[in-house]
Amino acid sequence: MEIKKTAIAGTLESSDIQLTISRADSGITIDLQSDVKKVFGDQIEAVIKETLKSLDVTAAKVKAVDKGALDCVIKARTVAAVQRAAETTDTPAWEVL
Amino acid sequence: MKSKVNRELPDDLMKKLDYKPFETTEIGNPDVQRVAPKVHVSTGDDKIVSSIKQVVADTVKDGMTISFHHHFRNGDFVFNQVMRVIIDAGIKNLTLAPSSLTGVMNDMVIEAIKAGTITNITSSGMRGSLGDFVSHGGLKNPVIFRSHGNRARAIEHGDIKIDVAFLGVPNADRLGNANGMEGNAVFGSLGYALMDAQYADKVVLLTDNIVDYPNTPASIKQTQVDYVVKVDKVGDPDKIGSGATRFTKDPKELKIASMVNDVITHSPYFKDGFSFQTGSGGAALAVTRYLRQAMIDNQIKASFALGGITKPTTDLLNEGLVKKVMDVQDFDKGAADSMHTSGNQQEIDASWYADPDNKGAMVDQLDVVILSALEIDTKFNVNVMTGSDGVIRGAIGGHQDAATGKLTIISAPLVRGRIATVVPDVTTVVTPGDSVDVLVTEFGIAINPKRTDLISALGNIPGLPVYKIEDLQKMAEKRVGKPKPLEFTDRTVALIEYRDGSIIDTVKEVKD
Amino acid sequence: MAENEERLRRTMMFVPGNNPAMVKDAGIYGADSIMFDLEDSVSLPEKDAARLLVYEALQTQDYGDAELVVRVNGQDTPFYDNDVKAMVKAGIDVIRLPKAESPEMVEKLEADIAAAEKEFGREAGSTHLMAAIESAKGVLRAADIAAASDRMIGIALSAEDYTTDMKTHRYPDGRELEFARNMVLHAARAAGVAAFDTVFTNMDDTEGFYRETEYIHQLGFDGKSLVNPRQIPMVNKVYEPTEAEIKNAKNVINAIQEAKLKGSGVISMNGQMVDRPVVLRAQRVMKLATASHLVDEEGNYLEK
Repeated sequence: MEIKKTAIAGTLESSDIQLTISRADSGITIDLQSDVKKVFGDQIEAVIKETLKSLDVTAAKVKAVDKGALDCVIKARTVAAVQRAAETTDTPAWEVL
Repeated sequence: MKSKVNRELPDDLMKKLDYKPFETTEIGNPDVQRVAPKVHVSTGDDKIVSSIKQVVADTVKDGMTISFHHHFRNGDFVFNQVMRVIIDAGIKNLTLAPSSLTGVMNDMVIEAIKAGTITNITSSGMRGSLGDFVSHGGLKNPVIFRSHGNRARAIEHGDIKIDVAFLGVPNADRLGNANGMEGNAVFGSLGYALMDAQYADKVVLLTDNIVDYPNTPASIKQTQVDYVVKVDKVGDPDKIGSGATRFTKDPKELKIASMVNDVITHSPYFKDGFSFQTGSGGAALAVTRYLRQAMIDNQIKASFALGGITKPTTDLLNEGLVKKVMDVQDFDKGAADSMHTSGNQQEIDASWYADPDNKGAMVDQLDVVILSALEIDTKFNVNVMTGSDGVIRGAIGGHQDAATGKLTIISAPLVRGRIATVVPDVTTVVTPGDSVDVLVTEFGIAINPKRTDLISALGNIPGLPVYKIEDLQKMAEKRVGKPKPLEFTDRTVALIEYRDGSIIDTVKEVKD
Repeated sequence: MAENEERLRRTMMFVPGNNPAMVKDAGIYGADSIMFDLEDSVSLPEKDAARLLVYEALQTQDYGDAELVVRVNGQDTPFYDNDVKAMVKAGIDVIRLPKAESPEMVEKLEADIAAAEKEFGREAGSTHLMAAIESAKGVLRAADIAAASDRMIGIALSAEDYTTDMKTHRYPDGRELEFARNMVLHAARAAGVAAFDTVFTNMDDTEGFYRETEYIHQLGFDGKSLVNPRQIPMVNKVYEPTEAEIKNAKNVINAIQEAKLKGSGVISMNGQMVDRPVVLRAQRVMKLATASHLVDEEGNYLEK
């Protein structure tokens, strides 16, 4: 999936994560802020990367501000951000969900 | 060497500081020798001095131990005024031994450490920037954390030898008779400060309110006081309250509180004349509300409520549901005012409250106690000191002491955000599992297997599922995932004393 | 009617679909049904995000024995199709249709659900549905709506929209809802499905909440829609059977078992024949008593 524009999903409320996805020439970069980065930072980045991969996103810049989100929330917000950035919100990638 | 809760303790420090590792929660009946302060005899009729600077010049010397109380909490104006003068006077190598350190003191303590003014600290706890600073190795010597009861013990023993105590009070007369109940910045009980007043060689009162002699009721007495310093303001009354005086509306906290209440009312201790300690915080206040209804419904009255007191507890006193309130500190203005008006609200010092080396402390008489936890592990050990990042951000308070109660309930959510509360091993053991009886979470309760009596009493409460604590731990892990282990260096930044003065665990410098 | 065995539906707790903290904790309060909302509690730009959040939560979170319901956006919105598809794929128990005004709307939902079940390989007929009655039109067609689908588990009155449609608003005594409540309840009973009463939003008026809940309990509603988990124990308390009701129900159950053992088709108690309505009521009382933790495993009343 191609990132066409910068898009945001999620909030800064407790248990949520706010993801901002924007275009990149190649590769995935993740800038993560989280109070639980020491103990869950790797896991949070892994969920984001895995979700991007399943959506066929190969180039993107991701900024993530985590407020203690569980994996399912991270995945949901990543998918939402990508679909918004790729302008495919109305035609969800059912096979990925 | 290791403490009985299986924590490795640094041999060199243990030897250097002449510490024994924690063995048991049993105190036994040892004979102990207490110390007495040096008294500079005074016969004059006025102890009032005009400036902090003058008192500091007269009393504080390099290498001394100085103390403060934390009854003003985040409304404290005394600590920073005094420390400013001490730092500016160029005094070095002090040991800081307050009853605890609150957020408003953090910046000043850090400055004093950097200036070499403070080189040792003993406290109930620390939070925020100071906890961060210490956890990152900012203080050369390890901080010694002691519970409120243990601080009293250590002072009586001479483990903490206070040279000068600087005690802020909302009123005092010219000879030093003072209490915490009248004036602008009132906080009620002077419980923790009474130890300093009794045992420090030099006692300096600071007040913004000099009243006629003789001032009564006198919690601190003229027989104990060397100086009375008049300052502009001792504290901000709006910031003294801990802020947790309203009942929570958080449905999860309410659910936990109602389950805590179920545990109490189904326990064998819930009978006429029982005693309890609930502490502060939204959930604890909610427990008090549920307990009130249960006491009315079952026509049960409590003989006393103990510890840090809040308005919901003094309301029970006024309703006649609690006969006495034994008050070591007040968390809100309502409770502080009530001490003034109610003859059944007794101010108690930290020794009376919780000192293990005593001829009888109140905590030994306590039936039911509700305590919190940052973490609790499958051995029921509790951490109230270090956060999920391994950084110091808490206080022992009366945790180890009150856990002596016959029914010690830890009330905590299974997870907070993405952090599990119930874990395989707590980061820092503060209160040993041997003194913890029941864990209450929003999912259900776990009973310490050593309490077979409670398993039968609490095993079949309708709507209150009982789990093995290992199962609760697995449930928590299933929800949040498995955290990566925290990394620490070998350097010890703090020692955690058990209430008997042995070492139960250490805090290491965090690796970033 | 979707299920032969009647389940307890005393409490249907609303959970805003785009709130991760509430979505993840929805299972801890003991609601009989949890209703994740994609409709009114979610702002237009967040419809996609809420749908994805509820979808992922349904895949991973443990909600125990609660019946899981999702309120999708209305059929007149661009979100409806994807809502239905996503929720069917997620394996939701019940899809709740808002603003139902005709049996045709229910039939459309049924067809859309069936198509989605096929598309995503879910068992045909496994997704149930319910309808919310929120207008004068809906109330007048309630009976047809309730009977419009074999997948139907119940209908609910939604009073906020309804009172607006009726050119009134909600009053503490609820008289403005009398007709609608009775219509919805009768429609449900006639169709053999559950009837859910509307929400009560003033969390500070505990007395008013009890008054309303006792009233709808007396009318015969299965339960109530709730906006706050704190209301769950209050509703359950109202629906608790009395000691006398439980003991009587236990006698009826005993008589049934006795008749079974004897191989007799006639159930008799104290020399009198027990007819079907009495049996049904006894079974429901025992179910409520069990859920309220008032009886032991054998159905004996537990002294408090």
